[in-house]
Amino acid sequence: MQKLLKNDKLFNIVVPIFSAILGMLVGAFIMLIGGYDPAKGFSALFQGMFGSPKNIGEMIRAASPLILAGLAVGFAFKTGLFNIGVEGQLLVGWLASVYVGYALNLPAVIHIPVAILAAAIAGGLWGMIPGFLKAKFKVHEVIVTIMLNYVALYTTADIIKRYLYAGNEKSYKIQESASLSSGFLSNLTDGSRLHWGILAAVLMAVIMWFLLEKTTTGYELKAVGFNRHASQYAGMNVSKNIVFSMTISGAFAGIAGAMEGLGTFQNMTVLSAFTGTGFDGIAVALLGANNPFGIIIAGVLFGGLNTAAPQMNFNANVPSELVEIIIALIIFFVASSYLIRLLLTRFSKEGK
Amino acid sequence: MSFLDILVIIIPATLYTAAPLIFTALGGVLSERSGVVNIGLEGLMLFGAFAGVVTTLTLQDSVGAAAPWIAIVVAAIASGIFSLVHAVASITFRADQTVSGVAINMLAAGLTLFLIRRIYNKGQTDFVDYRINKQDVPFLSDIPVIGDIFFSRIPYTSYIAIFVAIIVWYIVFKTPFGLRLRSVGEHPMAADTMGINVNRMRYIGVVLSGVFAGIGGSVYALSISGNFTGHTIAGQGFLALAAMIFGKWHPIGAMGAALFFGFATSLSITGAQIPLLQNIPSVFLIIAPYVLTILALTGFVGRADAPKASGIPYVKGQR
Repeated sequence: MQKLLKNDKLFNIVVPIFSAILGMLVGAFIMLIGGYDPAKGFSALFQGMFGSPKNIGEMIRAASPLILAGLAVGFAFKTGLFNIGVEGQLLVGWLASVYVGYALNLPAVIHIPVAILAAAIAGGLWGMIPGFLKAKFKVHEVIVTIMLNYVALYTTADIIKRYLYAGNEKSYKIQESASLSSGFLSNLTDGSRLHWGILAAVLMAVIMWFLLEKTTTGYELKAVGFNRHASQYAGMNVSKNIVFSMTISGAFAGIAGAMEGLGTFQNMTVLSAFTGTGFDGIAVALLGANNPFGIIIAGVLFGGLNTAAPQMNFNANVPSELVEIIIALIIFFVASSYLIRLLLTRFSKEGK
Repeated sequence: MSFLDILVIIIPATLYTAAPLIFTALGGVLSERSGVVNIGLEGLMLFGAFAGVVTTLTLQDSVGAAAPWIAIVVAAIASGIFSLVHAVASITFRADQTVSGVAINMLAAGLTLFLIRRIYNKGQTDFVDYRINKQDVPFLSDIPVIGDIFFSRIPYTSYIAIFVAIIVWYIVFKTPFGLRLRSVGEHPMAADTMGINVNRMRYIGVVLSGVFAGIGGSVYALSISGNFTGHTIAGQGFLALAAMIFGKWHPIGAMGAALFFGFATSLSITGAQIPLLQNIPSVFLIIAPYVLTILALTGFVGRADAPKASGIPYVKGQR
């Protein structure tokens, strides 16, 4: 135990696991107070995640945008930036992918990458704005990204209504050649909506790992995250790194939007409220300890929780919002790692 | 349509939509002045709206038209207690305040809907029988011109909001308590040296922000929406946050900004009746508050600076 507290790397892995367990426990407690059976609730939740090939397929489908949103948040975190704007960047990317998927006529091999690239560029530009304002005017990125979320929400809705409206609050469908959906994956999982997007998500995780761990650029980004002033003194261009970090972060978020546009929905809805994926991305990044592979695991877990929630409601009658409560609690516990450190110290002292 | 006719439409609509924003923005001022960033205003507002609507639905058969007013008080207390979660996490456990605020928003969204389903067995509540109605102020509404513009068809909560903003300004800038609150937000170590209990002041700041956001949320639910759904509060909390920043962390400034944002929001609804604005797409009016806030932060519309220590947990003895 004492050893564990001294070893920061190990502690960084223990905190998320501990938090996830604590979150579930408090969730069970809430079920008890609400007069529901926690055992039944959790077994239904588990069923909903792993009970059938279709459930597993849906879990992985829901994980792809969450992983990418998590990567977006995690990448910015590494440079010491907090990107709450993933939600907005995701919407912008979603719209861009749907527009390219609808308007262009290309063979699938080119069409899909071009549509994803368009989403990445749109999201990247949207993320660049707060990065630029931070670097140039020292404006806190949190506030700017929140404001830009709303600008993105209302603007994308307006653009769809004006230029891409197919009726019934939806945009036109994308062309077949831009679609990520796959009959093969769908058959494999008994007719889930699983699509090739998960490959893009995993690929992006690998790219993030490579960029951060194996390149000079990544070293600089992390250095700026650790200590801005020291990096400046060492001759790094802090402003450039901030802008770059937010741009890449936004690009990840934009691709998360493409997952929805080219994969799950094949169009875009005129939204009046946020999808929530961007905010869940914060939870994913925290639980994954900002590590690309940790983020994949956390993304799959949250994807599963989200898709299994209706099943829990159906089988155990527990309102599906419980999942949202559990996710929120996990965020609290990860963020309050000081509490976990305190608890562990207390336990280890008593053990002696 | 004369200019006066336009004012008669716009000003009451502005005061009507701005009231919840004013209350919540004042809450934001109190929390951030004490040094705790509160992104959770949206969630605290949602919780207030929930508590307000549930209380009104429960009490309306026994106490009638008094129910919404009692409900606002209940909502203030309920959100104040709820905000303790943010306070404990971000002050005692030194969690990242932004992360904790995000979690507050998610927790409020999940918890309120969970409870609504538990209590009513459906995803939203019925409409309340007694709202906080728009009404004419006796005598004052009879004054020619001014009466029509400022004292007719406006709920009393709007006047209360403006009055409360002045009180908050007085407390923050003219009392010893306000001085202490500001000092722990600007330089907690200096404040600590002077014998001020930094964490206690911050707890007070956060809980007060919960109280005010609770009032704001319940006023919104009981005067504008009339029932509670998961989407009752959709961005008003963040709009209030924007108003606080645009108002430069100053109670009167925040009130002014909230009035201006209320004006922009109401224009996007009433704009169709006003000749000059008919041709402007409503989306520009809707996004205007957010864009203006960004411009304010960059210094194009007067530089806005946050309290120096906001966002940083205070650890005794650490430089």
